Amino acid sequence: MRSARQLACLAVALSAFGIPSALSPAKSAHTDLTADALLATVYDEISRGRVDAALQNIEGLISVKPNFRLAQLIKGDLLMARAGPIDTLGAAPNAPAARIDDLRAEAFARLRAYRDPPPTDRVPRYLLQMREDQKYAVVVDTHLSRLYLYQNDGGKPRFVADYYVSSGKNGALKAREGDERTPVGVYHVTASLPRAKLAEFYGSGAFPINYPNEWDQIQGRNGHGIWLHGTPPDTYSRPPRSSNGCVVLANADLNDLAHNLQIGLTPVIISEDVEWLSADDWAAERKEFREQLDGWRADWESLDADRYLAHYSKRFSANGQNLDAWSRYKRLVNGGKSWIKVKVDNVSMFRNPGKEELVVVTFDQEYRSNNLTNTTKKRQYWIREDGLWRIVYEGTG
Amino acid sequence: MNHLPRFAVLLAALALFSASARADELQDANKLFKQGQQAQALELVEQYLAKKPGDAQGRFLKGLILTDQNKVPEAIEVFSKLSQDYPDLPEPYNNLAVLYATQGQYEKARRQLELSIHTHPSYATAYENLGDVYAKLASQAYDKALQLDSSNSAAKNKLSLVREMISTGNRQPRASADASAEPARPVAVAAAPAPALKPAPEVKQPAEAKPAAKPAEKAAAPTGDAEAVLKTVREWAGAWSKKDVGSYLAFYAKDFKTPNGEPRAQWEASRTQRISAPKKIQVVVEAAKVTLSDADSAVVAFKQLYRSDHLKTSSSKTLVMVRSDGRWVIREERVGG
Repeated sequence: MRSARQLACLAVALSAFGIPSALSPAKSAHTDLTADALLATVYDEISRGRVDAALQNIEGLISVKPNFRLAQLIKGDLLMARAGPIDTLGAAPNAPAARIDDLRAEAFARLRAYRDPPPTDRVPRYLLQMREDQKYAVVVDTHLSRLYLYQNDGGKPRFVADYYVSSGKNGALKAREGDERTPVGVYHVTASLPRAKLAEFYGSGAFPINYPNEWDQIQGRNGHGIWLHGTPPDTYSRPPRSSNGCVVLANADLNDLAHNLQIGLTPVIISEDVEWLSADDWAAERKEFREQLDGWRADWESLDADRYLAHYSKRFSANGQNLDAWSRYKRLVNGGKSWIKVKVDNVSMFRNPGKEELVVVTFDQEYRSNNLTNTTKKRQYWIREDGLWRIVYEGTG
Repeated sequence: MNHLPRFAVLLAALALFSASARADELQDANKLFKQGQQAQALELVEQYLAKKPGDAQGRFLKGLILTDQNKVPEAIEVFSKLSQDYPDLPEPYNNLAVLYATQGQYEKARRQLELSIHTHPSYATAYENLGDVYAKLASQAYDKALQLDSSNSAAKNKLSLVREMISTGNRQPRASADASAEPARPVAVAAAPAPALKPAPEVKQPAEAKPAAKPAEKAAAPTGDAEAVLKTVREWAGAWSKKDVGSYLAFYAKDFKTPNGEPRAQWEASRTQRISAPKKIQVVVEAAKVTLSDADSAVVAFKQLYRSDHLKTSSSKTLVMVRSDGRWVIREERVGG
């Protein structure tokens, strides 16, 4: 076919992204009808010269998702290839280059995600321990434009689904208001804003997260209003880097995800590049860290202030207190005790993505002593300094 | 050589009709139509169809007349029923596509053209039209992909209407007043149109219509006269394309037979007006075949591809040329051979 030969150019154009020209056998047998799967099928058909099938599939996809711009672009290419030779994805004459680039980036992100699904034998390193009542955890990879949903399966994260997402125009590592970046860190959803209360722009719903969290504030980061939200009615999806810092999903995907989000509870961990651990390595890290927490608790109970305070970092700060102030206060309080019992329950431990080794620990603390008993929700940030884990922030969570 | 089967069949088809007085009616209607007298042509063709309601040629002509009268829905109705009754004919699909395209219904146009090509895989006009429809659909898809305003994209392509139903040439038109009956399969395409502009190598050519290996004008090349005639035809097309009315008219003999027998001055005025009106004209001569009748006269048959800012046609044309004062000039110009 004349058109098949021309379409080979499109396949070559996509191959330039490093996407293989044929899907793995396991993937070809895959029959789910997600946008990514259909796109991958279309791409596979293009590279095999099956233009008619590709066009039929892309039209099928468009009939379900008429505002899917990337699908429209590929349809345009497939038709254009019949009218004359084309040499790239997005062969629209006189098209604005920035928009074409955006759609190419989306194609790349979606196809790559389909080709390289999250490893089934590995888990994101960040999910060290989910609380029993935390049914799900969300992990976002801004580099791959992907959101992964994990289920709490008896304490072990089990992969459920993943979705294409858009994030900040200027990338990740939000630090300043208006920097158009998506924050990196351990957050949780703080509210659910229904469609009726939102501008059209946010699509089918929105879930704010608690940026800036305690650690962000200590780092002097500011800005606010970082949400997971949907897509405006005029488009099925947005380019990979297009938001002001929010994490944006297709409306159908957001609705899907929404069922699994628990307000105030579901962790949302945003990373630039998700790190994955084998089940064994994950279990070892989890055990190691849990021992740190138990050591801290035991040393507190010991009434030995030096041993207890040795768990705190020189960089420690909490509510305006530095380590010296905190130490004076703790020595004073502990000095008046004849006994202390500390129990921790509902522990969650999430490793903070990024260069710095940081773990966010949240738990219910039951404190009993000869003259005081109380129960508080506590949050600590542990940091690894000189090979040792130290508490760098502690407060009520 | 490509053109000979096409003409032969067309003539045979007409000969077939000329056996009856009714066919004369149709021929007359056709003649009136080609002269632009559409109302009279329609009247005649209606009379003819009153007697032969299922006749494909008559209905086809009626569709053409309605199209020229800009009665698009009526024309769609005619071609649509015709393609239902004669699903093996490619031309009604093609013309339906052209009509849908004028309404901006490019998906419908595409379906018709694909049917047309499915029926006759070597159908050049449908290919050209389909290429344009694909481009239009592509541009619509790009507009949606990139959120562009389609109003600023290229002007609407005008697709080529087929004005001759060649493929009925050697089949008996079925008198099919009742569309429910199984239409007769057409005898295979002895009349396949000349493989023109864009040969698609992978498309199977009907065995009967093997294209000549070399362009026709090469085959006719040996005589210097034929070369000179052909050169003149190309210059004529060039003058037309340049909208150089003076040079264009100079290609016509003093005793040029005006198409409708009108006075020369009237014909020249009409030509001048038509050539001046469009902003741009492109005329391409394809697959030309020169036949030297004697030392000073020749018949040139070719495919004329005409494109202006608002019209695109592809038609068979025949020029009768004579040598006058050592120069080849046009004595007669006929559409359709």
